[in-house]
Amino acid sequence: MWPEFGFREHAHTADWELEVWAPDLPILLEQAAHGMYVLSGMQLQADSSRKHSMTLHAADAESLLVRFLSELLWVEQDQHLGFDDFSITVDDNYNLRAELRGSTIANLDKEIKAVTYHNLVVQTTSQGLHVNIVFDV
Amino acid sequence: MVTLQDLKRISDYEWEIPKSFRPDMRVPVRLFATRRLLEGVMKDKSLEQAVNAATLPGLVGHVIVMPDMHQGYGFPIGGVAATRLPDGVISPGGIGYDINCGVRLLGSQISLDVARPHLEDLATALNHYCPSGVGEKGSVRTSEAELEAVCRQGSRWALKQGMASEADLRRTEESGCVEGADPTKVSVRARQRGRPQLGSLGAGNHFIEVDLVEQIFDSQAASVMGLEQGLLAVQIHCGSRGFGHQICTDYVEEFQGAVHRFGIHLVDRELVCAPLSSPEGQNYLGAMRCAANYAFANRQILANSARKAFEQVLAGKVKDWHLHQVYDICHNMGKIETHIIDGERMKVCVHRKGATRAFGPGAPELPDEYKSIGQPVLVPGSMGTASWVLVGTAASMEQSFGSTCHGAGRLMSRHEAKRNVRGEKLRQDLEAEGIHIRAGSMAGLAEEAPQAYKDVDQVVEAVVGCGIARKVARLRPLAVIKG
Repeated sequence: MWPEFGFREHAHTADWELEVWAPDLPILLEQAAHGMYVLSGMQLQADSSRKHSMTLHAADAESLLVRFLSELLWVEQDQHLGFDDFSITVDDNYNLRAELRGSTIANLDKEIKAVTYHNLVVQTTSQGLHVNIVFDV
Repeated sequence: MVTLQDLKRISDYEWEIPKSFRPDMRVPVRLFATRRLLEGVMKDKSLEQAVNAATLPGLVGHVIVMPDMHQGYGFPIGGVAATRLPDGVISPGGIGYDINCGVRLLGSQISLDVARPHLEDLATALNHYCPSGVGEKGSVRTSEAELEAVCRQGSRWALKQGMASEADLRRTEESGCVEGADPTKVSVRARQRGRPQLGSLGAGNHFIEVDLVEQIFDSQAASVMGLEQGLLAVQIHCGSRGFGHQICTDYVEEFQGAVHRFGIHLVDRELVCAPLSSPEGQNYLGAMRCAANYAFANRQILANSARKAFEQVLAGKVKDWHLHQVYDICHNMGKIETHIIDGERMKVCVHRKGATRAFGPGAPELPDEYKSIGQPVLVPGSMGTASWVLVGTAASMEQSFGSTCHGAGRLMSRHEAKRNVRGEKLRQDLEAEGIHIRAGSMAGLAEEAPQAYKDVDQVVEAVVGCGIARKVARLRPLAVIKG
C-alpha cells in the first residue's frame, strides 16, 4: 500500500521527472520541495536556525506549484538556504502563505535550472492530489 | 503516441509525420534520422513533443527534428521550428532555459607529440582558470552598468576588456552580438543571478575539452579553419548560466496569462508563446537577446581563460601555444532570419532548441573566409567519444531552415546512468584510455557517461546522408573539464 504522501523519481531522457502525491495542496507543495531537494542532493548544515516567510498568489494549482518551487530555487541560489520544515497554507483562491525553517546548504550535487510546466497537471484522485513535475537540469 | 508505422519514409535519412496524424497539427514534422536512430527514440516522447510543437500558431514549412533528438520539455531537444513574421509566435520553451547554450572551437599549432607530456598539467590549469561546478562564481566581477553593457554588446564587451580579438568576434555567430537586446526587459532577479556568474562554465553537460584533430575529411575547409591532423584543439560548451535560466523562467510564467489573452490553445503549458508582433513577444525577444549576448561574452571569457592556461603550461616549452578561434555557434536560440519556404522568400523566427545554425556557402551572415565553405558546425560527442566539425550546405538552407544537429543526444536517463555507472570507475576507465578528467562531482560525471549518449558518428552519418551538413574533421578527446 502507498503511503499517504510522498515522491519518487521517474526516468526522463535529459532532465528529471518527479512524481508527487499528497492528501491536499499544502502537503503536495511540501513533498514536491522535499523531492526537489533530494534530487539535487542537497544537504543542510546541522542547525535548522534560519527562517523564511513566503507569500505567493497564482491562477491555479499548477502555477502555484511552479512558483513555489521556483522561489525555493531562487532562495537556494541567492542565499544558499534550504528548508526541511514547512508550514504552508493555501486558500481557495490559490493564495499561499508559508513559514519555512532550514539552514545554510552544506552540499549540493546538482543544479536545477528551472521548474517546467511540461505536461503539468495537478490531478485529483481518490487518495488526494497527484502530479508529475519535470525539472530542467 | 507516435509509432514507426505512423512515419512516412522520404529517404533512408528523412521521414515525415504528416499533418493528418493529429487534427491540431498546423504543419507536418520532418525527421532527419536513420531507421536505427528512430527506433532508439521510440522509447521516449521526442516525437510526441515534436507533434505538440507542430500545433503552434504561425508555423511555416515543417517542424524539423534532428537525429540527435531526445525528449525534453515542450519542444523536443533537436527541434527546429519557424514562425512567420509578424503574427507567428515566439515560444520561450522552444528555445530553452539555457539561452544561447553553444560551443566554441579553438584550434592550435600544437602537435600531440609535443603536448603529450603536458596534458595532465593542461587539464589542471584549465580547471584552475575556468571556474566550474554547482554554484561556482565566475572569474569576472561585473557592476550593474557592466552587466547592461554585456547584454547590449556581447563579445564586443569582452574585446573592450582585452579578453578577445577582432578575429574572435568575426568568427562567432552574429559576430558575438545579437542586435535588439533590451536590458530593461530583464528582471532584477535575472540580473542578480547573472552578475556573479559571468566567466563560469557551470555544471551538467557543460565542459571544456582538449581534443586531438584525429582525421580530416575536407582538407580545403579544414585548412581555411586552421585545423590540421595531429594538432590540438579546444572545445568550450556552455551558455548563459543562471541569467538565461531566470529570463526563460520569467517569460514562461508571464506567457501563461498571455496565451489566454491571445486566445491560443496549447496542448502543453510549456509551449506558451506570444505573437512576435505583440508587446509580450517583443519584450521576450529583447530579454532573450540579452541572455544570448551574455552567453557569447561568457564563452569569450572562458576562451581567454583557456588561452591563459595554455600559456602557463606551454610557454617556453612549445614554439607556438596560441589558440585561434575556429568558430562559436549557438544551439539554443530564436533568430529572425530570411528563408525561402514553398518558393516564397519570407522573414521568420527560427527556434532552434538543441540544433545548430548551419548556413551554406555564400550566406551573407558568414565571415569572408567562410563564405566559400559554409558555416562551421560544431558537434560535440560525449567525453569518451569523438566530436565533429561539419559545415552547412545549400541543402540545409532548403530543407532545415539552415540548421543541423547539435551533439550526440542523450539515450539514457540521468537516473539510469547513475544506476549503471560509478563516477569514480568511469574516471579511471577514461584515464586508462588516456583521457585526463577533472570533474567537480563523481555523480555528475556518471550522469554524463559516454554510454548515456547516442553514437555521435551515427548522428553525423544521418545529417551528412540527408545533405544538411558536410564532414570536415573528427576530433578525439584528450582532457575533459566538467563542473
